[in-house]
Amino acid sequence: MHKKLFALLSLFLGFMGLMAQAQPDSQHVEMADQLRANGKIYVVVAVLIVILLGLILYVVRLDRKITRLEKDTRKGS
Amino acid sequence: MLRQNWWKILCVILLIYTFVAGFLGPVPARPILNETIRNYYFHIAMWFSMMIFFIISLVYSIKYLRSNHHIFDLYALEYAKAGIVFGILGLATGSVWAGFTWGAFWSNDPKQLGAVIALLIYLAYLVLRNSMTDVDKRARIGAVYNIFAFAMLFPTIWIIPRMVESLHPGGQGNPAIHADGRIAMVFWPGALPGWTLLGVWITTLRIRLQLLADKRHEHAL
Repeated sequence: MHKKLFALLSLFLGFMGLMAQAQPDSQHVEMADQLRANGKIYVVVAVLIVILLGLILYVVRLDRKITRLEKDTRKGS
Repeated sequence: MLRQNWWKILCVILLIYTFVAGFLGPVPARPILNETIRNYYFHIAMWFSMMIFFIISLVYSIKYLRSNHHIFDLYALEYAKAGIVFGILGLATGSVWAGFTWGAFWSNDPKQLGAVIALLIYLAYLVLRNSMTDVDKRARIGAVYNIFAFAMLFPTIWIIPRMVESLHPGGQGNPAIHADGRIAMVFWPGALPGWTLLGVWITTLRIRLQLLADKRHEHAL
């Protein structure tokens, strides 16, 4: 278990090297700096996280239900 | 493996990371795309995940043909369905993205058309299977067709759209989206494994449900 965790962690930390490739932008392109400046971007992220967690909760409940059914079927047979 | 929890927890963590870093993290500022370049973590991740599911489905189809174990056929079918769902989501998210950046939800762009054709071929796989009642025949012919459907992904999505003029990045007359380090930091460790693991999770649930139904049917007989 710990070996798996260590392996995964080193894999992700290795990705940090990709940051070295970031290039500076040449001309000015409009971005959502307003949303960032007035903090509304956090509302966007919060909404999306709520949706994501809602969907995840649905999948988790489904997983638990199926696990329960599998246990019952195994016990009954 | 199917009932272990560590990869499911990892899936949730990676998707939360994708959503947070996807919207708050730095991205290159490109003309026309502006902030929509963040769709890399959603639209492009959908297609990439689709390819992974179709590859898994292909592997199981080949395993079925070599062994005749029906469990492999079930896996092949369910992963093909996962691929189709993610492919449809890829088309839908692409249309939305196109509506804002290309000016139209549908442009008969070669890659759009290629993707639709590829998905129709996979949908025909489902129709073909349902047309047969004999379980062995269905599995065998289904497996062979699955291999053909997979092969067709390459000319329709990967080869022809890059050889002709296309609105998509990478087509003639268009530079590819240069996914620099900032995008890669979210896409490769976050979006791609996150979405793929979610698809695997849902598919394994469907497989377990089908196996349960089969077992109960056996007991009832």
